[in-house]
Amino acid sequence: MKIIEVRNLRKQYPKHLAVEDVSFEVAESEIFGILGPNGAGKTTAVECVAGLRQRDGGTIRVAGLDPREDRDELRRVLGMQLQSAAMPDKIKVWEAMDLYASFYPDPADWRELLERVGLSAKRDAMFKDLSGGQRQRLSVALALVGRPRVAVLDELTTGLDPQARRDTWELVEQVRETGVTIVLVTHFMEEAERLCDRLALIDAGKVVATDTPAGFIAQAGGEQRVRFRPSARFDDAVLLALPEVRTVTRNGESVVVSGSGNLAPAVTLALAHHQVVPGDLRIEQATLDDAFLALTGRKLS
Amino acid sequence: MKLLVMEAKLHLRDWPSLLFTIGLPVGLLIVLGVSIPSFTEVQDGGQRIVDTHMPSTMVLLALLTLSCSVLPAVLATYRQQGVLRRMSTTPVHPARLLGVQLLINLAVGTVSTVILILAGWLAFGSAPPQAWAWFILVFLLGTAALLAIGLVIAALAPSAKSAPGIGSVVMFPLMFLGGMWVPREIMPDPLRAISDFSVAGPFTQALKDTWAGQPPQLMHMVVVAAGLVLFGGLAVRSFRWE
Repeated sequence: MKIIEVRNLRKQYPKHLAVEDVSFEVAESEIFGILGPNGAGKTTAVECVAGLRQRDGGTIRVAGLDPREDRDELRRVLGMQLQSAAMPDKIKVWEAMDLYASFYPDPADWRELLERVGLSAKRDAMFKDLSGGQRQRLSVALALVGRPRVAVLDELTTGLDPQARRDTWELVEQVRETGVTIVLVTHFMEEAERLCDRLALIDAGKVVATDTPAGFIAQAGGEQRVRFRPSARFDDAVLLALPEVRTVTRNGESVVVSGSGNLAPAVTLALAHHQVVPGDLRIEQATLDDAFLALTGRKLS
Repeated sequence: MKLLVMEAKLHLRDWPSLLFTIGLPVGLLIVLGVSIPSFTEVQDGGQRIVDTHMPSTMVLLALLTLSCSVLPAVLATYRQQGVLRRMSTTPVHPARLLGVQLLINLAVGTVSTVILILAGWLAFGSAPPQAWAWFILVFLLGTAALLAIGLVIAALAPSAKSAPGIGSVVMFPLMFLGGMWVPREIMPDPLRAISDFSVAGPFTQALKDTWAGQPPQLMHMVVVAAGLVLFGGLAVRSFRWE
């Protein structure tokens, strides 16, 4: 049973077609990523799923509910963190949590939730005095206070510094451990690679492909490169004989081996047979960026 | 209920606005009443200016400040910052927040009016509104109409920053037509004719009439009610949540 099913979603704005044809399914308690460049229609698509916008075509089911027909019920099972939605300047953190908890029939204990997102020390701070990272964490807490089964997180880490971004990623992983299904909208490849179990690549209002991050990378050609400095001389043929290896090039002291499959283990094993230790070993893999490039002919960012 | 308490708290935290909606009208009534001798002299109609004209226009000042400045600024900010949108992700519709804001502005306007009545009585021995039941009706109807104008301003303001500016463009002509600077009695006929249809004009006149113990003129009530229907309808049609 899929908790979210989207088929042939279409959304037309007065001036442009934001979502042309988007379909995907999300299984219970997975982190599903929606990755694509700015303006690809990601936000519009999830806003239709969350019932914030009316779709023009296609079907959507969230926990069996239609966002168009069952607005109120949907809001009890789906929490959403919006891209850049603030709170009143002078509301205190605890007041915001207490207020939002009162909107739901069976809310979570907001004190515990604040603890979980690491904002307990800030409970009496006003919203305007929070840092960007703290606001995002409050935003996640507000999205979770109604005990949703699905949480939609839209551009959660945009505008955060690297440390705050990593903290937020940890928070998302913790949330998933509590069994909440997460839909993560992002244009950060690194974020999608680290967090998502599966993801849909969206470009120009259409799903280009849906796969696991590893699957995408394999699909991108799976080209990998292993770079190292050998401890002793060896013959290129030793490596070229391996089925995983495509080319071997030498660059002064260092050797670059390119190929696919389990390239790194195969290379190190073969070298070990010849008593060669690969020093400064580095593995360079294709990324989601390469996958996006391969699928659309354009760069993600 | 929690939403009402929270928004009321937030309104009080922005206490400087209370200086304009409560402090300024009462301050003007007392300062002008004490310092301008003619304000405390009996006029042709048997009333002193501090008895009915001055407090009525001060009620108008408080209500116009609330509806043209305070309410649109808060709502446009809430819209721009995404407060309304965030609320629309919860089971509680953001229209509830709008309703709560209207209630709070009505409450502040009521407090301001009660203080004006008390201050006039204490400082000048002015009588409270004589036709009090009519007065309350006029007050509620007029406040509703002015708040509806405020909602339209909030709906049309393109950003939080522009809301107070647009508000004052509406507010000052309405103050003028309401007789704040030139009492309606001494307005030239064409100007008074315009004033008669300005919502603020008939509203102030009806406040004055009921304050003095007469029922309001039917035409005045009709114009104010029509303003409420017109601007209320416009607000409903044009309000944007994002």
